[in-house]
Amino acid sequence: MNRGLSPSRTVLPNGATVIAKQTRKTPAVTIDIAFRCGSTVDPPDAPGALYLLSRVIDRGTATRSATEIAEALDSRGISLSFGVTRELFSITCTSLADDFEPVLALIADIVMAPSIPETELTTMKGQVVTSLRQDEDNPSVRAGQTLMALVYGADHPFGRPIKGTADAVQALTREQLLALHARRFGSQVLTVVVVGDVEVSRVFDCVDEMFGGWSGPVDKAPLLQSATAPTTRRFVAVPMMNKSQADIAYGFPSIARADSSYYAYLLMNNILGQYAMAGRLGDSIRERQGLAYYVWSSFDASTIAGPMIVHAGVAGPNVDRAVASIDEELRGLRKTGVSGRELAESRQSLVGSLPRSLETNSGIAAFLQNAELFGLGLDYDCRLPTLLTMVTIDEVNAAAQPLDPGVATIVAAGPYGPGA
Amino acid sequence: MTTQAEARPAAPLRTETLENGLKVLILEEHTAPLASVWCWYKVGSRDERPGLTGVSHWVEHMNFKGTTNIPRDQVKGIIEQFGGFWNGYTWIDQTTYVETASRDALDRMLFIEAERMGRALYDPADCESERTVIISELQGGENDPDTFLDQELTAVAFKAHPYRHPTIGWLSDLQSMTREDLYRHYRRYYVPNNATLVIAGDVNPDEVMERVQHHFGVFEAGSDIPRMRTREPEQTGERRVVIRKEGTAAYLKVGFHAPAVNDPMFVPALLLDAALAGAKGVNLWSSFRIPPPQRSTRLYRGLVERGLASSVQAALLPTAEPFLYTVSVTVNEGTPVGTVEEATLELLERVCAEGVTPDEVLRAKRQLHARMVFDEDSITNVAHQLGYFETISSSDTFRQLPALIAGTTVEQVNIAAAMLLKESNRTIGRFEPLPIGSGEAAQVSA
Repeated sequence: MNRGLSPSRTVLPNGATVIAKQTRKTPAVTIDIAFRCGSTVDPPDAPGALYLLSRVIDRGTATRSATEIAEALDSRGISLSFGVTRELFSITCTSLADDFEPVLALIADIVMAPSIPETELTTMKGQVVTSLRQDEDNPSVRAGQTLMALVYGADHPFGRPIKGTADAVQALTREQLLALHARRFGSQVLTVVVVGDVEVSRVFDCVDEMFGGWSGPVDKAPLLQSATAPTTRRFVAVPMMNKSQADIAYGFPSIARADSSYYAYLLMNNILGQYAMAGRLGDSIRERQGLAYYVWSSFDASTIAGPMIVHAGVAGPNVDRAVASIDEELRGLRKTGVSGRELAESRQSLVGSLPRSLETNSGIAAFLQNAELFGLGLDYDCRLPTLLTMVTIDEVNAAAQPLDPGVATIVAAGPYGPGA
Repeated sequence: MTTQAEARPAAPLRTETLENGLKVLILEEHTAPLASVWCWYKVGSRDERPGLTGVSHWVEHMNFKGTTNIPRDQVKGIIEQFGGFWNGYTWIDQTTYVETASRDALDRMLFIEAERMGRALYDPADCESERTVIISELQGGENDPDTFLDQELTAVAFKAHPYRHPTIGWLSDLQSMTREDLYRHYRRYYVPNNATLVIAGDVNPDEVMERVQHHFGVFEAGSDIPRMRTREPEQTGERRVVIRKEGTAAYLKVGFHAPAVNDPMFVPALLLDAALAGAKGVNLWSSFRIPPPQRSTRLYRGLVERGLASSVQAALLPTAEPFLYTVSVTVNEGTPVGTVEEATLELLERVCAEGVTPDEVLRAKRQLHARMVFDEDSITNVAHQLGYFETISSSDTFRQLPALIAGTTVEQVNIAAAMLLKESNRTIGRFEPLPIGSGEAAQVSA
């Protein structure tokens, strides 16, 4: 019987969850840390607060200056990758196995005791503002953000940009960020995943030593309302006449991760816009019509229903034709459904690609973090093939029904629109 | 802390050459039931002349369509059914194709690469519809001012060598090339004696060779594989290009003619880059997906920490002939480009004149060692390196790198700095944004 990953898990007395798996392929280790708080915890009048915190959190602690942290990282050949999504704040780092303890100690210090020096905060604000200005000139970003605001509403946490706005970022203070950290970061919302050439018992001991003393209450992330089900089709142009190509974002609310139709939806999306060279959408828009170098569909099933979005990059004059092609594919999918062969192929591909996803330490760590976040169990890698196999063709076809072009939200950003 | 002395011995590599000249490299790695196959062709955009720029990349696209024994409608899913993925890329010296899948797919992967080598169909309708796909890829790239500036800088830094044109090609060539141009290029360069096959993973080398012989032994060696002979003359004075287009951020690049991979200066220059901007590693496929450790480097401290730039990047890539070492800077909102240029040049000129310190070189070595270890946990990455280096030099070059890095002295790094970073060797590029909606036509001045 396949034992699968068989990771080890423990929960510290202060509520922090630790998951570890030893691998022996290379003398390296990946540390993957996540806090269950994302941009939805931004104060309503301060969009971008958590993102700015992610940029400055490693620029000084109670006992280490930014320079000392920089040297501690650089001398070991490592860098910290921070990620802020709507529901998670994450830090990942790969180091040589010999460096595991000092690196974990450094990360623990950063997340537990950031000092946010004013000079560093000013520097980071400058970087974020520049990044926001770059986003303004990026059709893909503009299309995606406009779509989210339309689908969720500009005041809904999902409808607001994760990085915030230039004005909001400039106005944020050190005190506000420290307060946000104090309120939202704590052991009860922390999961530490370690995968690599370190013994499990040593991982547990080290994490306990470094994080075990962290105490204090944490405000859990707010419960969110789902998006209102769309009732009309909307098509918005964001003219950007200085760009060479337009980006289309064509979307709907999808489903929550806990929804029983999740695996059916996963297979449906694979057939629609992922399998091989982007599924049915790729067949039509790239292969047959030559309209786009990239087109695909993806969805974000989270604690609430994230978006399902079809993305495509097309020349301005081809936007209408590409949108019509997406309409046609969705109509066909809803009316006729998928074929038995399509379902079998997608299923086989998803099941078969699991070993590849779990080849590297970082791949395993990401898988374990996700399984922990959604309570899927330590044996999720062993159960996933069966979960996919059990999905029926009727369930896949039912998953496609909400994708009605008549209620789609469509944004085209780029050299398209009245001035084109 | 781990040092080079504790590096693990390299895994055994089996090398063979078929009678028709096909090189075969086989690396066993049995920790996961996976196999990765890369097929490399020694043809890239440097093999192209004006009128046919972009042909190698377009040929790569066409080699994912139907073949004699893989009808068009069976291409889709041919490797997915084994849980695999496939991809390919074209750059200046090479075109390559990869599949990684369960070990059971090995024969299928070899079959696919053999079909690709000798039996791609180049259906005229497929060629025509791919024209607009590639133009869409080009225009998507142009949407990014940094990419646009990089193309302009490269074209100005090189006045003669075919490295000067972008791998995607110039738009007018993409609009005018024919199916015959593509097919001729394919038949000329896709021959076994111009190729290297790399197989890595949970495989038995004897079985692999038997299947390789079965699938590839039928091909005949090609003759008269043309090579461009133009050498780039030494640059004797600073060059400059300024682009003014509507945009929202300013960018600065400084490009220096750099040593090729076989040049004794390559490894010292690699360490110099690590000292200046943080080590990436030497894997074009994977090294740039994780940010480099650069927060204590001179360029980061001098530009980003000072608030002049929001980011600074640089990389020395292994190439067959001398390419460019480019420092790329994103100018911070509200800072004049001239100020950033002045600061960047001052930093680089100081290194040119005075070199870097022993501590910086030691840190660079540690970083490169770590990054190269991190790279080894995927058979796809490991197999990539063997084929990449075999195509531009030899796989031995890659396997000897750790020892060469360890043995490089501070003096050698500083000699490389003095040669590489001198004023006469540099090309400066600026993207200066015009206000959005100003309606002014794009200006490019050199």
